[in-house]
Amino acid sequence: MQGELAVRTGCAGIMRAMSTTGAIRSSIFSPEHDALRVSVRAFVERELAPYAEEWEAAGDFPDWVFTKLGEQGYLGLAFPEKYGGQGGDYISTLVLKEEIARCGSGGVGMAVAVQTDMATPPVLEFGTEAQKQEYLVPAIRGTKIACLGITEPEAGSDVANIKTTAVRDGTDWVINGSKIFITNGCRAHFCTLVARTNKEAGYGGFSLFIVPTDTPGWKVSKRLHKVGMLSSDTAEISIEDVRLPAEALLGVEGEGFKQIMWELQGERLVGTAGSIAGSQLLLERCIAYAKERKAFGKPIGKFQAISHRLAEMATEIEAARALVYDAAWRFGKGEYPVKEISMAKLYGGLVVNRVANHAMQIFGGMGYSMELPVQRAWRDARLIRIGGGADEVMREVIAKTMGL
Amino acid sequence: MEPRFELFTEEHDAFRVSARDFIQREIAPNVEAWEEAGDFPRSLYERMGELGLLGLKYEEAYGGSGPDYLADAVLTEEIALCGSGGVAAGIGGHKDLGSLYVYKFGDEEQRKRWLVPSIAGRAIGAFAVTEPDAGSDVAGLRTRAVRDGDSYVLNGQKIFITNGSKADYVVVAVRTGAEGYGGISLIVVEKDTPGFSSRRIETVGWRTSHTAELFFDECRVPAENLLGEQDKGFVYIMQNFQWERLIMALGAVASAEKILEMGISYARERVVFKRPLAKFQVWKHRFADLATEITAAKALTYHALRKFVAGEDATREVSMAKWLATELDWKVSDEVLQVHGGYGYMMEFPAQRAWRDSRLGPIGGGTTEIMKEIIAKTYGL
Repeated sequence: MQGELAVRTGCAGIMRAMSTTGAIRSSIFSPEHDALRVSVRAFVERELAPYAEEWEAAGDFPDWVFTKLGEQGYLGLAFPEKYGGQGGDYISTLVLKEEIARCGSGGVGMAVAVQTDMATPPVLEFGTEAQKQEYLVPAIRGTKIACLGITEPEAGSDVANIKTTAVRDGTDWVINGSKIFITNGCRAHFCTLVARTNKEAGYGGFSLFIVPTDTPGWKVSKRLHKVGMLSSDTAEISIEDVRLPAEALLGVEGEGFKQIMWELQGERLVGTAGSIAGSQLLLERCIAYAKERKAFGKPIGKFQAISHRLAEMATEIEAARALVYDAAWRFGKGEYPVKEISMAKLYGGLVVNRVANHAMQIFGGMGYSMELPVQRAWRDARLIRIGGGADEVMREVIAKTMGL
Repeated sequence: MEPRFELFTEEHDAFRVSARDFIQREIAPNVEAWEEAGDFPRSLYERMGELGLLGLKYEEAYGGSGPDYLADAVLTEEIALCGSGGVAAGIGGHKDLGSLYVYKFGDEEQRKRWLVPSIAGRAIGAFAVTEPDAGSDVAGLRTRAVRDGDSYVLNGQKIFITNGSKADYVVVAVRTGAEGYGGISLIVVEKDTPGFSSRRIETVGWRTSHTAELFFDECRVPAENLLGEQDKGFVYIMQNFQWERLIMALGAVASAEKILEMGISYARERVVFKRPLAKFQVWKHRFADLATEITAAKALTYHALRKFVAGEDATREVSMAKWLATELDWKVSDEVLQVHGGYGYMMEFPAQRAWRDSRLGPIGGGTTEIMKEIIAKTYGL
């Protein structure tokens, strides 16, 4: 986490920012963003939402989701046109995450976020031209699926405890270790991997690699079953003598920790934004239900215990979203607002879970039944407080920014 | 020797040891398989009947060993430790709802017919009050029973009925009279009665128990299936709610204690930043908070239990204990899931099951909102 702060200023400018035109900002969204939102929403409603139930039951969604999103240009919204991207800004990718969350299956949004905002930005930022052509271009097209390999059985919140090693052998790298909770891990074509390249160098001993998943020695040792986010695949990976050429190194040797800390900021923002958008949808459903469901001769929304709770849920969502938008706006401009991003993820995650829990209560027995999507939203929501840096890690980072 | 918590005697302590032994030996090892199958075998009722565990509240004349509500409270706490909320619910739906209604409001003939086999574990009972449009609002129920000669003819629908698709008989709350709480009666419907059918509903937790929707379509039952007096059902239900809610509070406290233990032992083992999670102040204090809250909820629950067994009006205390304990059970599960990190979210670890199972507590048997409504009423609000 100290490393996370150390790079606060170091990575300024690495995000292409859309310059703001006015001095006063009433919204981070331009008319172009609004238009994008309209078309993504239509796409999500037409192409994804009808299958949400089926994918949840299957515990998976088909690869064509990536290619179809790729055809629409949605996987490259914030990437340069010369790699097949749309050349847009960070806010545009945020719009995508908010809208995909409305498909009703949290796992889909998560898988897409891994593709667009977690595993590939490091390729653009730190990769060679050859790596960009080989991995980024097809990832934007949706023909190559990416995963990100950070977490290990003994290194979750404690990223610096990563034990997977990459050792030089001639000009090659030989990698050994294991990774866990890897989203897209079962189906990915390549993995953006963190490994230790120097045991003595502390935070400076990590490097990033791009590993094609068909490399001998790379194995999905287990498909993990989760309580929520059922449509996304989660893998445990074993890495045994995976031999890679020198060109597999992504960026500068020894810079891995810094690079990953930078990656995590974007991940936390879009993850939280998507989660809050799902929460907004749930709130809308709660309000509609509270107007329609009657008890003791009147709609339950007419009872203060319910109406005040809904008012509180709406307020908290609004506050969490404002926090995310503010941090996203600054991040998009090239700032590195670690404190605000951590606050946005912490607060957003707590709010989303409170809302989900209230929603289940408002729906009562119906909420607990598998026949309504409320329980799914409740299960899906739970992950944001764990993945991408748990609440406790966020609090730790925030405390550090206050000199504690 | 003073009884523990001014409640339990040495006999109860001895009973706890043997109940725990049975549950840990014959239930707990099967929980994973039963959760996977989404069911537990009927033979568990028979086995419990054999051991006398289903008759603690009833006299020997019916095959019971009581009446001893405290022994039943002990059993409830121990079942909550089996690791499957659904098993506890399936047993509770039988011993504290179906058969208890027959005992409390039925006549000798009815007790012989349904209670005796229930105590032996040969017949499984259920109780049905909730309807699609009447959950918290019991007095708003609409399933109708019309007297026709020597029979009642039932039409309507029930929902979220524990044991509903497994039970041999269901005590059904029906409307026999006018709108409101004055027109409700309890009628027993046996499994194979023509016009009665059920559909199991999948739930996010309690996966080993049957939660069902029940349908009554011109369902004709003999008039002698009426429990107690016609149109007195609402009062009967309110009476039994006290025990049902106490049972839920007792189970929730026991479950919270067990889950907290699980969280603490995981925190002792899991090393991050070179030390066990349990050594971080944030976790130490959180565990301390939860332990304090559990101890408070337990004291409140036992206070309500003392009043209940003494025959006093415990409505206020029972309602308080029910919401506080069940909300706490889930809160503890939520924190314990958090301490497990990514593993907490995985189906291989029991934390997620505790989290799903405990979420029903604040909804079932009268929601938290209803409990608060009742509490407010006891203060004249």
